[in-house]
Amino acid sequence: MPTRYTFGGDEHLFVECSDEMSLEAFFKSLSMANGVKESGIKGITEICPANASFQIKFDPDVIKPDDVLREVRAIEGAAARAEPVIRTRIVEIPVFYNDPWTHETLMRFRERHQEPSGTDLDYATRINGYGDVDDFVAAHSGSPWFVSMVGFVAGLPFMYQMVERQRQIQVPKYLRPRTDTPRLTVGHGGCFGCIYSVRGAGGYQMFGITPMPIFDPTQTTSYLRDFMVFFRPGDIVKFKPIDRDAYDQAVEDVDKGRFSPPVREVSFDLREFQKAITGYNTRLEGMINGH
Amino acid sequence: MAIKVLHHGLATTVQDLGRPGYFHLGIPLGGAMDRYALRAANLLVGNDEGAAGLEAVFLGPKLEFTEDAVVAVTGADMPVRVDGVEQPGWTAFAVRAGQTLTFDFLKSGARIYIAVAGGIDVPLALGSRSTYPIGALGGYKGRPLAAGDELPVGAGNGSAEGRSVDASLRRLAAAPVALRVLPGLYWDRLSDEAKQSFFADEWKVAPEADRMGYRFRGGTKLSFVEREQPFGAGSDPSNIVDSCYPYGSIQVPGGTEPIILHRDAVSGGGYFMLGTVISADMDLIGQMQPHTPTRFVEVTMDEALAARAAETVRLGALRASLA
Repeated sequence: MPTRYTFGGDEHLFVECSDEMSLEAFFKSLSMANGVKESGIKGITEICPANASFQIKFDPDVIKPDDVLREVRAIEGAAARAEPVIRTRIVEIPVFYNDPWTHETLMRFRERHQEPSGTDLDYATRINGYGDVDDFVAAHSGSPWFVSMVGFVAGLPFMYQMVERQRQIQVPKYLRPRTDTPRLTVGHGGCFGCIYSVRGAGGYQMFGITPMPIFDPTQTTSYLRDFMVFFRPGDIVKFKPIDRDAYDQAVEDVDKGRFSPPVREVSFDLREFQKAITGYNTRLEGMINGH
Repeated sequence: MAIKVLHHGLATTVQDLGRPGYFHLGIPLGGAMDRYALRAANLLVGNDEGAAGLEAVFLGPKLEFTEDAVVAVTGADMPVRVDGVEQPGWTAFAVRAGQTLTFDFLKSGARIYIAVAGGIDVPLALGSRSTYPIGALGGYKGRPLAAGDELPVGAGNGSAEGRSVDASLRRLAAAPVALRVLPGLYWDRLSDEAKQSFFADEWKVAPEADRMGYRFRGGTKLSFVEREQPFGAGSDPSNIVDSCYPYGSIQVPGGTEPIILHRDAVSGGGYFMLGTVISADMDLIGQMQPHTPTRFVEVTMDEALAARAAETVRLGALRASLA
């Protein structure tokens, strides 16, 4: 579908690159959002990238809505002609799958779930056609994810796995949302993964927990001293399964200021990726370890 | 100089004009729900109009002042007293050291704004003193006030009591409320009947109305144009691939209860939006109580911009009158 432009009242321009999710739609919306940011159009005050769309906030006392629309449309043309390459970073996030804290929570809210007899992992494993939970975890942690949007609440990343559509993990949200979710829960709803940045209500299925804080308003966590939010749209995430001992060790390391997430700058080329997805992902993951 | 919180009211928070620039990371603008009322309160006590004050909803706090201060209360109609003596609203008055500020029950509106000369001097967080409780960010320790808190107050500029906002420049809550809406975003997901009934029906503010959003009930359930749901959008016809949410946007989960996102909005999610309340009417929402009858009025972009210009003129008149 062609890109759709629509106004959100007199202060927002909403740009939908596609009504369905795909890596191409994400890539186009992020590229256009970056293009708008770089253009420095006077009167544009905020640019919020989302999964397959993005939103611009502008001051109509500075720039007329029709002028914002005209200038952003021009950027769409330039973005379409540009090389489909972004500079970003890849980060490895440790995950303790099937941990006791999300397990306690999912049992507490079992009557709100589609399948009260099992766990969220059991359910996701079955409906996605995996043989057992280990196979499912292998798929979840086996290929990297794009952070396709940061938001809902402070610092929460939505993630879309960098695999073909037929390999995308899909699960419905809880029948009724929970009133509680442990902080740093790794969850999934629809075709999106997420990490809950703060404790609170939630409807995504819960698969595990990371020991790595991703939002810290006190800015005391060693790697969040410069800025309180860890993720940015366009980050590439690779999950690394860890056991209880490694989880406890990582929590202690975070507390003592010794934990630093493995992060590398990378360049992502959509064309190269599409030619050979698995091989491209393997090369990306190799870069985490400096190869 | 400090203010001791003897009772917190219902939900009282430190707010200024907000924290722009971080919505792309899920951190909302925040700030006063009724920005005009906060500006007026600040101007009355000689502050910059964006200084931090207190926003209290439905029930006023009980506050003790450790030193002499000049105070103004604007917004909702909720009589204010100093050691039991009633003070006029929308007017700067003196509070002496040791005196206590209390409030009577709410008569109309929803939120009062308490400005103190010098402003509430909590630390800046990402450029603002506004409280964002979900993120434990800003305000007083990132949360609503509680009994026992001591709020620091900045140095005032020696402004005197007695100044008052002219009655013509006070905005008082009224009912029913008409909120002007620019249709857009995913408007075309709605059936023709739904497009018609949304604006024709009378809605009422639901009890679930807070700084994040205002929910409405009582109108006809909205129906959708049939379609095969796009990949990633979820199975309900009111679902979309998770997108950003504009401030003021109206989402209707399941087609039943419209929710207008306000200053502490979640920045995105998977519900379709049918349009957006225009910027000129956002303050009005902050003064709406549950059960307030409400109609949504369709406007064009030109009408939205004209309404915005009229608000700017009104704000200019307020500034001029208190300069």
